[in-house]
Amino acid sequence: MTTMNMAQALNSAMDTMLARDPNVVIFGEDVGYFGGVFRCTADLQQKHGVDRVFDTPVAEGGILAMAVGMGVYGLRPVAEIQFADYIYPAIDQLVSEAARLRYRSGGEFSAPLTVRAPSGGGIFGGQTHSQSPEALFTHVCGLKTVIPSNPYDAKGLLISAIEDDDPVVFFEPKRLYNGPFDGHHERPVQPWAKYPASEVPEGYYSVPLGKAAIVRRGSDVTVVAYGTMVHVAVAAAEMTGIDAEVIDLRTLVPLDIDTIVASVKKTGRCVIVHEATRTSGFGAELSALIQENCFYHLESKIERVTGWDTPYPLAFEWDYFPGPDRVAKALRRTMEP
Amino acid sequence: MASKKPQKADDSSGGSSGKKPDADQLVGFYKEMLLIRRFEERAGQLYGMGLIGGFCHLYIGQEAVVVGLQACAKPGDSVVTSYRDHGHMLACGMDPKGVMAELTGRAGGYSRGKGGSMHMFSREKGFYGGHGIVGAQVPIGTGLGFAHQYKGDGGLCMAYMGDGAFNQGQVYESLNMASLWDLPVLYVVENNKYGMGTSVERASATTELAERGKAYNVKNMSVDGMDVIAVRDAGLEAVEYIRAGKGPVLMEAKTYRYRGHSMSDPAKYRTKEELNKMRAEHDPIDHLRQTLIEMKALTEEDFKAIDKDIKDVVMAAAEFSQQSPEPDPKELWTDILVA
Ligand SMILES: Cc1ncc(C[n+]2csc(CCOP(=O)(O)OP(=O)(O)O)c2C)c(N)n1
Ligand SMILES: [Mg+2]
Repeated sequence: MTTMNMAQALNSAMDTMLARDPNVVIFGEDVGYFGGVFRCTADLQQKHGVDRVFDTPVAEGGILAMAVGMGVYGLRPVAEIQFADYIYPAIDQLVSEAARLRYRSGGEFSAPLTVRAPSGGGIFGGQTHSQSPEALFTHVCGLKTVIPSNPYDAKGLLISAIEDDDPVVFFEPKRLYNGPFDGHHERPVQPWAKYPASEVPEGYYSVPLGKAAIVRRGSDVTVVAYGTMVHVAVAAAEMTGIDAEVIDLRTLVPLDIDTIVASVKKTGRCVIVHEATRTSGFGAELSALIQENCFYHLESKIERVTGWDTPYPLAFEWDYFPGPDRVAKALRRTMEP
Repeated sequence: MASKKPQKADDSSGGSSGKKPDADQLVGFYKEMLLIRRFEERAGQLYGMGLIGGFCHLYIGQEAVVVGLQACAKPGDSVVTSYRDHGHMLACGMDPKGVMAELTGRAGGYSRGKGGSMHMFSREKGFYGGHGIVGAQVPIGTGLGFAHQYKGDGGLCMAYMGDGAFNQGQVYESLNMASLWDLPVLYVVENNKYGMGTSVERASATTELAERGKAYNVKNMSVDGMDVIAVRDAGLEAVEYIRAGKGPVLMEAKTYRYRGHSMSDPAKYRTKEELNKMRAEHDPIDHLRQTLIEMKALTEEDFKAIDKDIKDVVMAAAEFSQQSPEPDPKELWTDILVA
């Protein structure tokens, strides 16, 4: 075991897979020589060579389109989109090509590519460097969508994503690279080293896609969250003293609906939390599924705490961010008799 | 079928019109470049003091490009550029106070604190934005050109981009359409040698960037972007061609950025020597200052007076950017849709 922050754990995942599988190649803007804006690919080029870890021009459409072709022919491309906000020029390739290839070739071909992209706010990046676009991808059948919340999971999930035979979009909450940000922005972020999830095995292991984790056991209310919001939810539970059961989805598609349903049937209440905007956000899908599966067990309406339906603002970062106060309010509301 | 129009000439020397520069105009260039430089230095300081958050891309070193080219614009022309946009806004005549206050995210900023460093606009000055998404502004510039042509208003669009942006696919879709329809657009590639940490050589299969215009039958030019007079001359030639309805021009301005890409940049991708040599031998402001001295256009006293005036303007902008109130949180929900 070694202590790693989330960027180091992701680095270790790629390092491990480069060593295990000669078909793995890693590329993106400034990922090779420089080692990535968030240092996730630091030293991988030196270690594995420029043929396998390389820089591309600024051309997201081309980057992901190339990954499709590479994947179809048997490589395991791991492409970085430097910020999730830059993925839109490549959406066509992800949606029309990567996601649909298996179906339209009757199962003969697939594009086993992994797209890594830092997402979410908290760094005053304004509208072009803060978005959480995961719902756009969960809406597309044929894609898998993964969002880790800690170093251990990040490494294990990324390894599973790379080994997976389908295209996987892997969003990395950038606020979590260095520590478990719980939304208390006025306090200094604690480094990962203080938390058990920073204990990461050096070599190969995997965390399966499609399996949620219960990060806090409780009996009053179920909180469904992923990424940064897992830590915010735990902080809110502690603030209120409400005995919340916090579920970290880890994978949005495929979704571990069984874990959610079992928990909501137990607690009878549910709060869904995400940083992305509200309308047609992933919370809407979760809410519908919970209602369909747990209708007779619900004791109050399902609450959603989300980013507002606005572009990510520069000057109002903390008004936008669904921090622990907003989650706490929802917890209290849902507990009202 | 024969090609729609003859292959367009290219002028890879650029800016050789040989017109004698007039002293007053050069003094104006000097003031504008110095204003941009001092403004950017101050922005860098405010960032260091924690008054500006997030991203902040400084234009220091590249001043001659936008100053030389905007000197060729007419009222009614439009401008669109990337996130490295402070210099462009000042060269368009936007108020330094409003620009600085947007950097600090205040109500007095051009986007009322909602845009930040990369996202500011001014309809009055024909400035159609700083754009944070690399390359996105280029087809927008093409559309602006189309609108100028459609309305027959005689205007043109100056669409600026970096060398890194020049590898985005949408740039080539733009060049093709602009050439096909002879749109009045001056595409300017500010080649400062790097896109973040990647040099042009490591990102571009061909490094004489303007020559890519040939593939689309777009007139192409290349100019020393550290020499404001050369840029102005090249700009005049380009603008004359465009206004004559002959179609778009693609111009590469070879320039250099002195500061990091944004505010945290370990600069592993270039040597200190390279940077120092550029500064010492090719600084656009020093270069023009020397010319003005040789022309006896300005005395030491004059230079001092200019320094002071500009210092005052920048001070006032910095002051305003800290005095201007934080925006009302209600603003979070405005300007999303029309009502
Ligand atoms: C679509 C998109 N991809 C990537 C980025 C990240 N990024 C910001 S600036 C930049 C480099 C651009 O370089 P260049 O066009 O040469 O402009 P310069 O910064 O040198 O002015 C990159 C990759 C972005 N903002 N948008
Ligand atoms: Mg550049």
